[in-house]
Amino acid sequence: MSNDRVYNVLIVGVGGQGIILASDVLGLVAARHGYDVKKNEIHGMAQRGGSVSSHVRFGKFVSSPIIKMGEADVLLSFEQIETLRYFPFLSEKGKVIVNDLKILPPAVFTGKQDYPADVIGKIKSKVPDALVMKADEIAAGMGNPRVANVIFLGVLSKYLDIPAETYEEVLKETLKPKLVDINLKAFHKGRSLAA
Amino acid sequence: MKELMSGNEAIARGAYEYGVRLASAYPGTPSTEILECIGALYPEIRAGWAPNEKVALEVAAGSAYGGSRSMAIMKHVGLNVAADPFMTLSYTGVNGGLVIVVCDDPEMHSSQNEQDTRNYAKFGKVPCLESSDSQEAKDMVGEALLISENFDTPVILRSSTRISHSMSLVETKTRSEGPKELGLKKDPMKFVMLPAMARRRHPIVEQRLKDVAAFAETFPFNKIIMGDTSLGIISSGVNFQYAREVAPSASFLKLGMVWPLPVKMIKDFASRVKRLVVIEDLDPFIEEAVRLMGIAVEGKELTGICSELSPEKVEIALTGASSARSIGPIDVELPLRPPNMCPGCPHRATFTALKKNKVYVSGDIGCYTLGALPPLGMLDHCLCMGAGIGIASGLDRSLGDLAKGKAVAVIGDSTFFHSGMTPLLELAYNGGSTTVVIMDNRTTAMTGAQNHPGTGFTLRLDPTITADIEKLAESFGFKRIRTVNPYKVRELEKIVSEELEAPEPSLIISRAPCALLKTDRILIDKPYDIDKDVCKGCKSCINTGCPALEFVKIEEPAEGEKRKGFSKINPALCVGCGTCYEVCKFDAVKEAS
Repeated sequence: MSNDRVYNVLIVGVGGQGIILASDVLGLVAARHGYDVKKNEIHGMAQRGGSVSSHVRFGKFVSSPIIKMGEADVLLSFEQIETLRYFPFLSEKGKVIVNDLKILPPAVFTGKQDYPADVIGKIKSKVPDALVMKADEIAAGMGNPRVANVIFLGVLSKYLDIPAETYEEVLKETLKPKLVDINLKAFHKGRSLAA
Repeated sequence: MKELMSGNEAIARGAYEYGVRLASAYPGTPSTEILECIGALYPEIRAGWAPNEKVALEVAAGSAYGGSRSMAIMKHVGLNVAADPFMTLSYTGVNGGLVIVVCDDPEMHSSQNEQDTRNYAKFGKVPCLESSDSQEAKDMVGEALLISENFDTPVILRSSTRISHSMSLVETKTRSEGPKELGLKKDPMKFVMLPAMARRRHPIVEQRLKDVAAFAETFPFNKIIMGDTSLGIISSGVNFQYAREVAPSASFLKLGMVWPLPVKMIKDFASRVKRLVVIEDLDPFIEEAVRLMGIAVEGKELTGICSELSPEKVEIALTGASSARSIGPIDVELPLRPPNMCPGCPHRATFTALKKNKVYVSGDIGCYTLGALPPLGMLDHCLCMGAGIGIASGLDRSLGDLAKGKAVAVIGDSTFFHSGMTPLLELAYNGGSTTVVIMDNRTTAMTGAQNHPGTGFTLRLDPTITADIEKLAESFGFKRIRTVNPYKVRELEKIVSEELEAPEPSLIISRAPCALLKTDRILIDKPYDIDKDVCKGCKSCINTGCPALEFVKIEEPAEGEKRKGFSKINPALCVGCGTCYEVCKFDAVKEAS
């Protein structure tokens, strides 16, 4: 543990994208590293395609399980407009990692409302160094579209101070044996993309 | 080593460590995972889903009467269902420890109201504990059981969405058994609540409440943490964590027992601080009690009553502003992303058939409540579990011709066994022309697919009875009972219109397994396809609200193009239920080749 600060990571997206798994792994990694950890997510109806957010907080001592609005150090978003929905949680100095993916909400796929235009441009105008990537395409290219979440975990790990080995250990213990290799590959792919 | 656990996992762990021998529950967000976790991890505990919370509490009460440490688990509104046994259990007391875990849902993340369970504790004269993280949630199961045994009372352990679904580190221990001798004991003066006995029990309850209040003064989870004396905060649960986050230097009275309250401790704390504020979700429960002690206190004028608190809300309540430096919003009108019925959901097919009949639908709580949202817009009432049948009957009978051929009730299978059987019996008994549709998807879907008495399996997936809805309705006297496959939308539509015309009560059982279930699958799991040249852009399929469909707008129409757009199927999402095929009048939807 390098200091007394509390790290605030907010992971958002749509139910079914593997957000809870990614945040569970991050929580376990932080605990393994010796940090106090709290995390919270609203997942009651997550499987039904609703908006999902997961708050992960770790440091020497953590009180609240949810991040105070405006204090997220990292906003990791698995879907374009979900980034905007949770944007006010981000601190002025916060980092943004965005999946360049649109998942159409009901009002859009039924033709009642348009999907907002140039979401990525709007994010970049506020956070010029926002990291934008097509994680689902990269995952598909690796042979398993389901590992986009772990690619992002790899990206995220470059912004935090916990060694890669700790993530590897937790991934090995958490995942089914046949999924370990592809996920470790995905994790390191993510790390290389963040570099 | 410490383990990262959700509040719910920690409560399950507590049940294990503190010797609970029986646990019973009905699923309900945010409480569901507690019994799931007990079922999966702790075979030492006899555990099973009850058809509803009343039965869950009665089963747990019986177990406690026999000397076993016992647990009943429910969401806040579940305690309404269990209120009848709850109120008199307070009079009989227990024997083995009995903890009633009740999970509130401030903000109504997944609920129909945000009632505050602490009022039930006061109403029932029952102690109520409240934890502020997972470690405390586990420890307090043990404390609740001890209080229950030492004071001969059921005890509520109140959780909330933010405690149940938050994770934090927990130190685990081994299991130890409860202290009471097990067996059947005759004690009618205590256990048989005839008026003469109950009259003797009531003063015992009143004295017990005084005794527990005296105990609360030394209860180790009620604690004063002195800091800067210019601000004293009384809080409990997750709100204590929020308050400590935003005002770390303040003085705190942190309550682990929120009923009865430690009066001396509160007076002592109040006398040591300049400004006293209660930070609590929902009702001004602690605040009013403090004010009744004659102490000047602030609370709801700062925090409000409706919806849940958060770190920034607590900071704004205490200081008038948030100290966070937010990057601020990006000003774009965002389409909402509400939960939606899944691709292939059988409820979508049933609602589509009902829509064609232009009916007025009373429903209740389950995935099918989502049928109220656009574009289906097919639910006209949702009050509480099981209410739809009674509401439809009441509309039908009171309105007569005004509701003729329109009054329909929909109810899921799990909800039917929970509280739909008695209103169905009422309908058979008092008559009318209501049509009831049981949307039987073979699971408790909304809470994540739990078994129930109609599925043939128990909590631990052991084979058991399968309650037969058709035979049950037949025994109630129903003459018109039809069982249909909802994906045959046109056939169902016809059956609905026939039953609506019938001058007597009808029951339609619309049966197909939840599209997320892997077992007994009838879906073909191959996508359909839409011929975009045949599609007229009429949106019949789009208006079923299936997330696997998309209306593609034609931005620059070619000459002679009359359509505004056409429909497209996302093959990655489509599971081949064929509802869009059934509603397409132009044969544009094809089965996948």
